[in-house]
Amino acid sequence: MREQPYEIVIGLEVHVQLRTRTKLFCRCSTEFGQPANTQTCPVCTGQPGSLPVMNRDAFQLSMKTALALHCQIPEFTRWDRKQYYYPDLPKGYQISQYDLPMSCDGWLEICDSQGVFDPKRVGIIRAHLEEDAGKSMHDETSGRADSRIDLNRTGTPLLEIVSQPDLRSAAEARAYLDELKLLLQYLDVSDCNMQEGSLRVDANVNLHLDEPGGVIATPIVEIKNLNSFRAVERALEYESQRQYEVWLEKGVKKGDIPKQTRGWDDQLEVTRAQRHKEESSDYRYFPDPDLVPVVVTPDEVERVRATVGELPAALRLRLQEEYDVSEYDANVIVNQGRDFVGYFVEVADASGDARRTSNWIQQEILRRLNELQMSIRQFPVTAAALAGLVKAIASGELDSSRGRDVFGRMFEHGESAAEAMQSLGIVSVDAGSLRSLCEGLLAENPRVVAEVKEGKQKAVGALIGQAKRLNPNVNPSEVREICLELIAQQ
Amino acid sequence: MNLLAASATDLVRLLESGDVSSVDLTRVFLERIKSCDTAVHAFASVTQEAALAQARELDELRAGGKPVGKLAGVPVAVKDVLCTKGQLTTCGSRMLASYAPPYDATVITRLRAAGAVLLGKTNMDEFAMGSSTETSFHGPTENPWDRQRTPGGSSGGAAAAVAASMASLSVGSDTGGSIRQPAAFCGVVGLKPTYGRVSRYGLVAFASSLDQVGPLASTAEDVALLLEVIAGHDERDSTSADLPVPSYGELLSEPLQGLRIGIVESHFAEGLDGEIEESVRRAVAIYEQLGATVHPVELPHSRYAIATYYIIASCEASGNLARYDGAHYGHRTDEGRMLEELAEERRLLVESGDADGAEQLDGPLVRMYRRTRAEGFGDEVKRRIMLGTYALSAGYYDAYYLKALKVRRRIRDDFDAAFQQVDVIAGPVTPTPAFPLGERTDDPLSMYLGDLYTVSANLAGIPALSLPCGLTASGLPIALQLQAPPFEEARLLRAAHQFQGETDWHTRRPSLVEES
Amino acid sequence: MKGCQVSLSLADVKKVAMLARLQLSDTELERMTHQLGQIVDYVNQLAELDTESVTPLSHAGELVNVFAEDKPRPGLSRAEVLSGAPKQDDECYRVPAVLGE
Repeated sequence: MREQPYEIVIGLEVHVQLRTRTKLFCRCSTEFGQPANTQTCPVCTGQPGSLPVMNRDAFQLSMKTALALHCQIPEFTRWDRKQYYYPDLPKGYQISQYDLPMSCDGWLEICDSQGVFDPKRVGIIRAHLEEDAGKSMHDETSGRADSRIDLNRTGTPLLEIVSQPDLRSAAEARAYLDELKLLLQYLDVSDCNMQEGSLRVDANVNLHLDEPGGVIATPIVEIKNLNSFRAVERALEYESQRQYEVWLEKGVKKGDIPKQTRGWDDQLEVTRAQRHKEESSDYRYFPDPDLVPVVVTPDEVERVRATVGELPAALRLRLQEEYDVSEYDANVIVNQGRDFVGYFVEVADASGDARRTSNWIQQEILRRLNELQMSIRQFPVTAAALAGLVKAIASGELDSSRGRDVFGRMFEHGESAAEAMQSLGIVSVDAGSLRSLCEGLLAENPRVVAEVKEGKQKAVGALIGQAKRLNPNVNPSEVREICLELIAQQ
Repeated sequence: MNLLAASATDLVRLLESGDVSSVDLTRVFLERIKSCDTAVHAFASVTQEAALAQARELDELRAGGKPVGKLAGVPVAVKDVLCTKGQLTTCGSRMLASYAPPYDATVITRLRAAGAVLLGKTNMDEFAMGSSTETSFHGPTENPWDRQRTPGGSSGGAAAAVAASMASLSVGSDTGGSIRQPAAFCGVVGLKPTYGRVSRYGLVAFASSLDQVGPLASTAEDVALLLEVIAGHDERDSTSADLPVPSYGELLSEPLQGLRIGIVESHFAEGLDGEIEESVRRAVAIYEQLGATVHPVELPHSRYAIATYYIIASCEASGNLARYDGAHYGHRTDEGRMLEELAEERRLLVESGDADGAEQLDGPLVRMYRRTRAEGFGDEVKRRIMLGTYALSAGYYDAYYLKALKVRRRIRDDFDAAFQQVDVIAGPVTPTPAFPLGERTDDPLSMYLGDLYTVSANLAGIPALSLPCGLTASGLPIALQLQAPPFEEARLLRAAHQFQGETDWHTRRPSLVEES
Repeated sequence: MKGCQVSLSLADVKKVAMLARLQLSDTELERMTHQLGQIVDYVNQLAELDTESVTPLSHAGELVNVFAEDKPRPGLSRAEVLSGAPKQDDECYRVPAVLGE
């Protein structure tokens, strides 16, 4: 697979906005898109004398996520002040976690059903709970003009999930992000909306080169300003190539220079060095004396673990084992989210035909959901209704192409399968009339009969079209079977 | 009756009986401030109109037979470190010279609910950093007993206001002795409650793990009255203790028979003023007459308390004061001049061929921060910010902050052990009586060393009280410090109250009062 | 025990002043170096204590697990929030350009 003369080494830091109603340390709303500086209070604007109090739900959601990532939950955790000056940080420090994070040492498994890379466990170094900063806005065209500061977002709870540098390609990084996002959605801990900043990614990347005398590492670069998963992939591809070229040109190794920060330019598709003063990395962390530590008992951990529910990896296996769907299909279904899996399971159980259910869901339903940008919850064909249709097809009552007509009717009018069949005038043709219809066809088509007798069984296909014209409700495979049977008897 | 000399407890009775109205009483105190405070300068701001409006409202409530709070109509002064909504809260700093917070501190909310009439905000060392009220942007407060001397600090205005009868009660804050030392210098009672007893919400932070709000008054009974109002759990302060507030006033008269008093002999070693030693020992003897027993105890790590305190307090302060950067409130440097300054520096660097220097020059935002903070903070605040920043910067955390937190544990353990043997620990509050203004302003370390008896209680989080127990030959107040285990404020108040039943030090007033 | 028994240099103090965002004149820097040096020398006495096995005490109260419920409470109006700002435009705070910092 590897064409490049280097191995790319990637670790990702993902900031997830937790789904709470209020901020991490005050009771201001976290609702997105409100007018600037209207969701603030003395605490999140850093007024002198104000004090933080931890949001219980934010901690619970963090714990749930950490457990789903197979992390350890230490008994004792606390919050530290990370000190730096920036106008969107009104206290002059961010309340974060430094040496005693609320979780550590987990993993997330990623796989690729197309086989581009082998399944692997990506290590999670830690996941910790911290507050977000506000928003600085600057109109670049106005040159030296002021920046404008909106503190609505200040203090929003973020879970920072830091991976080990275990990823070895942009594709793996993408798969990790997709899987992590899916997991977060299954857990219902975040809306994961990248446009609204609910999910943010920074990437640490460098190269390992096989050189005579051993493996050499290039300096680690942190890439920021990654606005989409696609941007992450492109930035990693660009950055690895750039680092290789710099290596060839200058031969600078890891350790020769301090860690560099580069920003991704989505328009020009390049990374660019960000100005970085040496002292800015001295954050002078110390435990925030305005907050008290959190002590978590093993009972509490188990109580939260019990709320995690069945996660994507386990569901994929269950669909393969209990419903006999392929690995690929299981992936497609599970990746659509927990509601979609529920829909599938309901249809498969009620219809008793999981494979057919899987085909229908992937071909008809996914297509329409994508076209209409709709979620399965909003979809007009209920699971019970679809099960009725799958059953009718499985029993031979309907052929697949008529089935699609019926489905269309069900979708348009919200009817059950039986109602839609009736609306479309589909009634099953009884065996006697079907037989006499076939006998008539054979009598009118002696050439077809002769060809079949010569061994050209395909020729019977011509009769099926005629049968459908005579009576659109006939089942094509039944027509075919009966005609072949009658010819054989002649 | 001389309303200015009456205790708050007496004033409550007079107001209840209708012998005096809240408005009249408030006017008496406002007049007193007007005539007295140009000299003493205990107040940073006087909120005359708001006070009278509050008094009027209380009189109406009372006239209408409506229920009123425990302090209804009693004039109270508040240290300018507690946020008062829409009213100046300057912390004695140029940085906050025109800052009017958008909210009330919990203590203020409680005072208002209890019907206290807020006269104004008292002067203090800048951001409560100091022991003399000389670092205030408003200028120093003078000691009513001797105007050439400091009233102590940082709650110097709070103590002086009570001593000079400009407020019946006052609220201060104590991070390393800032209530007790000025109370001692001004001859009033001051209590630093247990850490967590009084909400810190709205108390402008100096050192979060040490700061505590507390009452000052002429009598222990008044201190008890005020503490009952301001103490209690607050869900807005994570470090607030969720424990019921005792009725301190009702517990004052329980006999002291059998009270075990601990004495730390090393507190009487060299450095302690002879007259203070004598008065403190005499006070202990009075307790023996009241039925207490005296026992030697040791606090072996107390000699490390000042070093420990100055590291912890400065580290926390460097973080707490980072918010004053001119971005969201408070002082901001003149931006036009700032840009001129930057342009001039750049020109000089370019002319001298120093391209690197020009490249390294601050951007306008960084320069705005640096100038704002340089202009807004005074020297003492800058020193503490620098010390804290240094101690927390890369490579020094373990040697300073972590080390100090470990010694702090030792200091706390010493108290726990001592309180296994005794009920209270008695000793001096300060090594000297009130010192002359200006004496220590150029020698920060000597100023710090004056806190040696008070900082331990903050490090250990225990309650401690300063109680007038004598006067020097030159007529300066002397005080006794009583310390107790956590949440035993009632024990301290009881001991102080009964001491005041046996002595009359608390009835002495500076001559300033007699003149007017 | 890096930092102990060593007084501060002027360069140290300059660096710390930058970290603390304080602009100090040369005179102030010199005075600060002298005064901080004295204080640092004094607090270095803690080094003589063996605290190897001691658990640090961050808070006298030693409370744990203090939480608030996730229920919104009214905050401040925009006018209240911005009323104390040195520079604002009725919607946002205004500060010198953050670009290039």
